[in-house]
Amino acid sequence: MSTTQRAVATTTTWIDDRIGAGKWLKKNLRKVFPDHWSFMLGEIALYSFILLLLTGVYLTLFFNPSMKEVIYNGSYAPLNGISMTQAYESTLRVSFDVRGGLLVRQIHHWAALLFVASVSVHMLRIFFTGAFRKPRELNWVIGVGLMTLAILEGFAGYSLPDDLLSGTGLRIAQGIVLAIPLVGSYVSSFLFGGEFPGTDFIPRLYSIHILLIPGILLGTLTAHLLLVWYQKHTQFPGPGRTNKNVVGFPLFPVYTAKAGGFFFIVSGIITLMSAMFTINPIWLYGPYVPDQVTAGSQPDWYIGWLDGAVRVIPNWETVIFGHNISWNILLPALIIPGIMFTLLALYPWIEAKATGDKSEHHLLDRPRNAPTRTGLGAMGLSFYILIWISGGNDIIAQAFSWSINSITWTIRVLLIVLPPVVFIITRRICLGLQRRDRDKLIHGRETGIIKRMPSGEYLEVHAPISEASRAKLISARESHYAPLEAGPSHDENGVKAPKKGRLGVKLSNFYFANRVVPPTDEEIAEGQHHAADDLETVRPSGQITSGH
Amino acid sequence: MSAGSPRRRRPIATAALVTVGLVLMGGLYAAASSLASPARAGTNEASPELISQGAQLYKEGCASCHGLNLEGVPADSTNKANPKVNGPTLIGVGAAAVDFQVSTGRMPVGAYGKQVVAGRSSYTEEETSALAAYVASFAPGPAIPSKEDLDTTDASLAEGGELFRTNCSQCHNFAAQGGALSDGTFAPSIDPSQPNHIWEAMLTGPQNMPVFNDTTVNPDEKRAIIKYIASIKAESNPGGAPLGRVGPVSEGLLLWTLGLGALIACSVWLGAKAK
Amino acid sequence: MSQDTSGELEKAQEREHELEHVLRRTDTNPRAAQRAERQVAIMFGLSMLASIGFVAAYVGISKTASINIPIIGSIGLLNLALGLASGLGLFLIGAGAIHWARQLMSDEEIIDERKSFAADDQTRAQVVEDFQQGAEESGFMKRPLIRRTLLAAMALMPIPAIVLLRDLGPLPETKSRNTLWRSGSRIVQDISYKPIRPEDIPLGGLVASALPADLKAIEEEQGTLNERAKASIILVRMAPDEIRSQQIQDGDYQGILAFSKICTHLGCPIALYQQRTKHLLCPCHQSTFDLADSGNVIFGPAARRLPQLAITVDGQGYLVAKEGFQEPVGPSFWERG
Repeated sequence: MSTTQRAVATTTTWIDDRIGAGKWLKKNLRKVFPDHWSFMLGEIALYSFILLLLTGVYLTLFFNPSMKEVIYNGSYAPLNGISMTQAYESTLRVSFDVRGGLLVRQIHHWAALLFVASVSVHMLRIFFTGAFRKPRELNWVIGVGLMTLAILEGFAGYSLPDDLLSGTGLRIAQGIVLAIPLVGSYVSSFLFGGEFPGTDFIPRLYSIHILLIPGILLGTLTAHLLLVWYQKHTQFPGPGRTNKNVVGFPLFPVYTAKAGGFFFIVSGIITLMSAMFTINPIWLYGPYVPDQVTAGSQPDWYIGWLDGAVRVIPNWETVIFGHNISWNILLPALIIPGIMFTLLALYPWIEAKATGDKSEHHLLDRPRNAPTRTGLGAMGLSFYILIWISGGNDIIAQAFSWSINSITWTIRVLLIVLPPVVFIITRRICLGLQRRDRDKLIHGRETGIIKRMPSGEYLEVHAPISEASRAKLISARESHYAPLEAGPSHDENGVKAPKKGRLGVKLSNFYFANRVVPPTDEEIAEGQHHAADDLETVRPSGQITSGH
Repeated sequence: MSAGSPRRRRPIATAALVTVGLVLMGGLYAAASSLASPARAGTNEASPELISQGAQLYKEGCASCHGLNLEGVPADSTNKANPKVNGPTLIGVGAAAVDFQVSTGRMPVGAYGKQVVAGRSSYTEEETSALAAYVASFAPGPAIPSKEDLDTTDASLAEGGELFRTNCSQCHNFAAQGGALSDGTFAPSIDPSQPNHIWEAMLTGPQNMPVFNDTTVNPDEKRAIIKYIASIKAESNPGGAPLGRVGPVSEGLLLWTLGLGALIACSVWLGAKAK
Repeated sequence: MSQDTSGELEKAQEREHELEHVLRRTDTNPRAAQRAERQVAIMFGLSMLASIGFVAAYVGISKTASINIPIIGSIGLLNLALGLASGLGLFLIGAGAIHWARQLMSDEEIIDERKSFAADDQTRAQVVEDFQQGAEESGFMKRPLIRRTLLAAMALMPIPAIVLLRDLGPLPETKSRNTLWRSGSRIVQDISYKPIRPEDIPLGGLVASALPADLKAIEEEQGTLNERAKASIILVRMAPDEIRSQQIQDGDYQGILAFSKICTHLGCPIALYQQRTKHLLCPCHQSTFDLADSGNVIFGPAARRLPQLAITVDGQGYLVAKEGFQEPVGPSFWERG
């Protein structure tokens, strides 16, 4: 035994004697993690969250969340002598009088933007590859919860410095709270400790931002990761990859080095961005005063879609028996997002109802192999992107010299027209790709070589496909479903069978009536036979050497 | 009713009446303007030569839209050349308006759109001052600011910021980068603007911009605003590239393209098999 | 379905074992491996330098130093130096570690079998049985009195927690209906608190923020923010014949109109006044109001017109409010009516 080995052995023994980590380590030290670039998206989110915690703690050392008014007397001359809250004043101090304070503030803000962005892209990956299917439905719901929390947490942070932009954001948020039927005025008055803006809200938001939401986030995130660990990661189809195994690199050393290294990559890139690009220059916005405003008052990107929805909605408001229902606020700010997030959270069950499938899935779908799901996802995405664009309509109008009014009207029309069109087109594209895959499996890949048949007919010569692409293409079978049929009331043994719900059948038909059936083994064998014949006739000329 | 009765107006009488009416209206407008800024009206002294040079330039370049006597030309759909042009009267607009419009290249108008945009001036400095002197000679109006007017040495920077955020940022954005208004119009960026033009714009309210005369925003306050605009324009960006100073939209765009792009590139590198 | 028809799939799995593991250059060529080792070490070494550079920048660069970079312009040197140093320091550790993993660690994929985490039917049945036994022993089902009282107690338990939140703030009462404006309130400019004479405002002019003079009085005691958020107004002047309609008859004074500055949609302050069209645009959600026509909404999500404040002049010739606002200003709320 070498010295290192002995040292390792001593340490593990010491730990094992006390907490019995030996068994766990034996099982997990060589735990397999599949490798794919898109599996790193969730890690970007995790690492930016860690970076947010670290930089956030540093910022709390300097930030003072008080709304007490003080007169600024610091390094930034254009604000000297101006009355402002201590929240704004201390943010200026971090930015100008603490060496590296501005860097940390910018890292915190860029990391926040990245956190929500990577969570979103990660979620798209999960959605389009069907990774939410059994047994991962719970983790999907946790993920939707995490995203909601991330957005709330981001907005809370954006609102803390009490600059003109954050104050305007809070004003809008308060207006939304006011619009809640029945209790709006009360909730607003309680939240703000009276009228807007009052002097209570920022300190309260501060404890929510640094304690409550991060606490919940941390707990939920841990559960999210534990489930990934316990259920083992999904993998893309490929040679040797089945629904019953997991192929990849061991936790120690490869994955440790890669994932650990990636933490430094994420932190490094965010820090480099913070070195080079200004984010949220609060000194230019000035302190919040409720009767001042700036053109282009925008939220951070992740609130942009909500703000955009509030911008495009027509001015509907009803007054019934002296009570106002502000549809122009409730619909875009609460009802539509509520429906969107609920549908998102329930999606695994909606799809399971259509497939009627109760088995586990660890092999990911290629998006084309689930055409309806991919179409629905693209449809939702187009809706989101449209209202997101609408959130920047004034900046777009300015940048391209367009009319805000025309942009708004265009988006209003597109919101109704575009999503269904996107759904239809995406599904068509998926089905087309599936057909091509089917042909490839049966006939092999197209070589571009044209052969003239004795009959005078022209044919393209096909060559066998590689093992890797065969494994990829054949996975279409894993994703394929026939639409459910309303079953007979009794099965073949005369036992009463549970009657399939009509809704499920309808849903299933919507999903799978349009489908491309993957080829059977027989079809493939026959096709290969033909391809081999083709090859036989061509090979003597030496144009084709092998299928690889 | 006999011939020559006052009711039977002749064409020439009509013309005379219209002229009198126009002059009266112009005078009233001038009076209103001078009321608004009594201290500043007509302080630019000009020589008769300059005025006559201006008259010549005016006849050639401006009269077709603003009228031979500055009375303005109403929009006329029968005028094939410029059916939509509504050349406002220039009586009482003052030298400041002429200097602003001409030296920023907004006048004479090149292309008619929702809004007249700045460009290269078609006149030399001397010609511009001649035009301004000529227009100002009709009726008193806001004057071109003097060097002393624009001397911001004693102006308060912080107060300028407060005034800027109260009066200007709502249209021109927090860092004077401009912003969109309704129906395709916009408040231009003030970043490239000269102090004298900022002054004149406030004083005369070009196009859709409201007028901030010397009683709503007094000269000291104007100087403070100008000082603030110059200061934020000149100041270094402590946090790095300013991304256009338009707020979170450009930040979000950068994050989604460069930030996420770089990280995905690294992920692809990480996941790809080494050769 | 999938599980039944995977004959081809299993064949593919079998073939996998025959698939050859493609070797890397670093596997076959010791010099390539040495080169990779050096590269990793260089990255780690540069990271060390960057960390030291961070300290040097922290100590050596002034907080106000700036550097002029073409195209971008002048930017802060300290932030740039600290950020580049720490950013590179971090990035290089990551890049080194990943390079190491890709080039020098084994790149042979290993396979783990997935085990079903589900327990077998017998265990499940046992769990159900155990639970039932426990439930039985507790008497939860047999003793409805205990069950019901427990459930009721649990239902009431959160009430104290909710009641505790009551003192977060006062009841809203009618505060959102009232502003500082009273009959005779003098209108003053924001910031300078100067009273305004009608002749101060030119045709086409705008007072972008005006307040009741009484605001100054409460500044010391309670601050002005809450009142500003409600009472702020704008003043515009147009030719009297340009005013097509008003909310309050003769609410203008010689063409000077006063409107609430607080958007009726979500409360943003609005002063994007276009003096030719008389339109007022909200910068937050682009609601547009026509000030020449009673402040009515002509575009955007706002549902209600902008409240007008009737004005006149007092004995000394200064603009004053004729009366307070006749309707609540700002965003809608349930009780507004």
